[in-house]
Amino acid sequence: MTQYNKSEIENKKSKIGSEEGAVIKHDLKNAAATGDWRYMTPIVDKEKCTGCTTCMPFCPEASIIMKAYKSESTACLPAGRDKCDIDYDFCKGCGVCAAVCPAKAITMKKN
Amino acid sequence: MNKELTKNFASGHSACAGCAFPTIVRTILGESPDPVVISNATGCLEVTSTLYPYSAWKTPYIHSAFENASATISGVERAHKILSKKGKAAKKIKFVVFGGDGSTYDIGLQSLSGALERGHDFLYVVYDNGGYMNTGNQRSSATPYGAATETTPTGKESFGKVEMRKNMMEIVNAHHIKYAAQANVAYLSDLKKKAKKAFETDGPVFLSVFSPCTNNWKFPTSQYVNIAKLATETNFWPLYEIEDGKYKINWATEKPKELEEFLKTQGRFKHLFSEKNAPVLAEMKKIVKDEWQSLVNKTEE
Amino acid sequence: MCSCLPSQSDYNEEKLIIRFETTRLDSRRPLVEARQANVIRIYENILNNSNKKRIALSGGAAAAEALKQLEPDVMAVYPITPQTTIIETFAKFKADGEVATEVIEVESEHSAISACVGSSAAGARTVTATSSQGLALMNEILYIASGMRLPILMIVSSRALSAPLNIHGDHSDVMGARDTGWIQIFSENAQEIYDNTIIGMKLAEKVRFPVMAIMDGFNTSHCVENLEILPIEKVREFVGEFVPEQSLLDIENPVTFGPVALQNSYFEFKVNQEEAMDDVANEYLKIAKEFEKLTGRKKDIFEAYQIEDAEQVIILAGSTAGTAKDVVDNMRGQGKKVGLIKINLFRPFPRKEIIEALKNVQSIAVMERAISSGTYPPFYQDIMTGLFQFGEKKNMQSIIYSLGGCDIFAKDIEQIFNDLIANKISNEIKYIGI
Repeated sequence: MTQYNKSEIENKKSKIGSEEGAVIKHDLKNAAATGDWRYMTPIVDKEKCTGCTTCMPFCPEASIIMKAYKSESTACLPAGRDKCDIDYDFCKGCGVCAAVCPAKAITMKKN
Repeated sequence: MNKELTKNFASGHSACAGCAFPTIVRTILGESPDPVVISNATGCLEVTSTLYPYSAWKTPYIHSAFENASATISGVERAHKILSKKGKAAKKIKFVVFGGDGSTYDIGLQSLSGALERGHDFLYVVYDNGGYMNTGNQRSSATPYGAATETTPTGKESFGKVEMRKNMMEIVNAHHIKYAAQANVAYLSDLKKKAKKAFETDGPVFLSVFSPCTNNWKFPTSQYVNIAKLATETNFWPLYEIEDGKYKINWATEKPKELEEFLKTQGRFKHLFSEKNAPVLAEMKKIVKDEWQSLVNKTEE
Repeated sequence: MCSCLPSQSDYNEEKLIIRFETTRLDSRRPLVEARQANVIRIYENILNNSNKKRIALSGGAAAAEALKQLEPDVMAVYPITPQTTIIETFAKFKADGEVATEVIEVESEHSAISACVGSSAAGARTVTATSSQGLALMNEILYIASGMRLPILMIVSSRALSAPLNIHGDHSDVMGARDTGWIQIFSENAQEIYDNTIIGMKLAEKVRFPVMAIMDGFNTSHCVENLEILPIEKVREFVGEFVPEQSLLDIENPVTFGPVALQNSYFEFKVNQEEAMDDVANEYLKIAKEFEKLTGRKKDIFEAYQIEDAEQVIILAGSTAGTAKDVVDNMRGQGKKVGLIKINLFRPFPRKEIIEALKNVQSIAVMERAISSGTYPPFYQDIMTGLFQFGEKKNMQSIIYSLGGCDIFAKDIEQIFNDLIANKISNEIKYIGI
């Protein structure tokens, strides 16, 4: 069980006092780092990714952005298109992105 | 974090890995032309998005109780009506309720019915996962026939839920509202179109969205999109809309997939594939077929 | 047997309904008449611009009059006897264009208070009104309203609770809501419910707690009495404009109302709420003082009537106080040193002040229109706690009377005083009027 010392209690009380009626505001600093939940990690093969964006809206954590990617390989298609990029801060590793990717460009790797 | 997608509903919520409703919330709110104010019934979405000290909501939000999200938005909407007239609030705000099937089909039905009848200008969204998932998977009146839940478990003398799902769309339509639609999280462009139409319609509007639950339907966390897709492809969850009382089916195929393809993806239907439960499976297929036919008939009226 | 109980033949459903409807119809006639008189007199008031104009209104109409004057933004209501006098009178004001208020005719009291929570969180001045089963149905949301610190004003026309069904007055409903975090103010008559409606609204918005302004169902809500009303602009000036600290409609500063607070914060939030409740009595007194300046009517957390040298004292709340004061006057005329304490502010309970007032008293009877099943009724519990806490040992009799609108007469109250004088006091609860 957590033991609080007196000043901790006072701090907590003053914070809660400023949130009278338990009315709170969005502040990402208070968010749980849900990336810690992950036991499987999605890895994007940017060469395979076609930049179709299918995965993006299905990610429950909105962790997917489309980002410019410069390929070394000329075989990477289509050229100049933004590719899937995963922000791991909140990614819970559910694997939805890998399941919906039409190009099979995302694979789930054990942590 | 994807900035565009998180304009209203941010990351950092504690919904299960592979949950469907964050996508529903973001997709629908993304179609609003105006700022939105949310009223949310008690349930998974509410507890996972507002766990003190963090709120994932970047837009004004209120959660009051389980059964009163529609009554709550009634108050907000009328307050807006008078305060915007008095110049104390922005002229254009959209009001949206999110509730699960428990708070829509069951405990909040009266509150919803009252708000629809009074004609408040709001969008009601039910994310339907067919049961009380937040409390650990008990049956609701949206739980499909034959599904096993914690309160309708399978056993020597039980094959799961005995009753059919309530037809919520018909109940809502009986309130003479201008627009009601059934959508599916797997069909996002369809969902977007419906959300857009809903926001463009004055008065109460209703969206029923299929929302698979990885934890209690018992399927891998990666599968909500695929399973949701099968629900429509098997005619278990048709996509349709009712506009001014007129029915329109938005997705149909000559050859729907066999219902088993949908059922076998989920642990809650596992028992249906035993020899003993063959009649249950047959009954289930009949229900889906009859409901589809009845829907088709309505589009032809 | 209580004189108001129906005879044996009345105990069938059909007759019960007839009795019920007769009450409704009868109750409306004086209301309509009072309304007509009211309109004429209000115009006279405005012309004269005087602070003191007397008119005749039922308690329900008096509350509605006060509501009209302070003009809430939103009123969400559902009909229930004997509260309907309030919402019907208000509906007519609305129909005549006398108020701009958005009236939401919801489909239940649960939705009425839920809509109020939404409206108040949206920054609108918000009111509702109810009785009995309606208040009981609201119960869940009452805690939410106070937990969110929403300044909703509710007029309660207090009434008995089922079963068996009874539409008449007692305090069972409001007593059932005494732990919900709402401020509760009792009223003796039409004047007081008018006053407390105005004071209650200002208090709610000042301390950010919801307020119940309570009158006795039928005894006050349906009785036409003379009262003084203020000119509308004086009321508006007194109550002022409601400026919410946060609002759902403030889209530039989005806030989340009603989050989940678990073991790491729930307790602190509730203690914080309770600490804020500690300031309410002082704020009430400040507002009461201001109100007194405006009207000349003294308001206090309780009314001490002939208490200074009193040896026997009755404590009660609501409409019975009028009769009790008459009895006190008569008995004083006979040289008996009796007095009355009428509780106005019941939540928060002014324990210290009441015990202070009882210091030189020999014996007390606490009269209540509610049962707290399995124990002593609410006022008695609170006063006994106070007496013990402040080391005052007093003989105190608990009395329950007038449940379900059953009559109480001056002779009953006189008897209670005489029993106190004769030291006929026991630990048993006495039921008067059975």
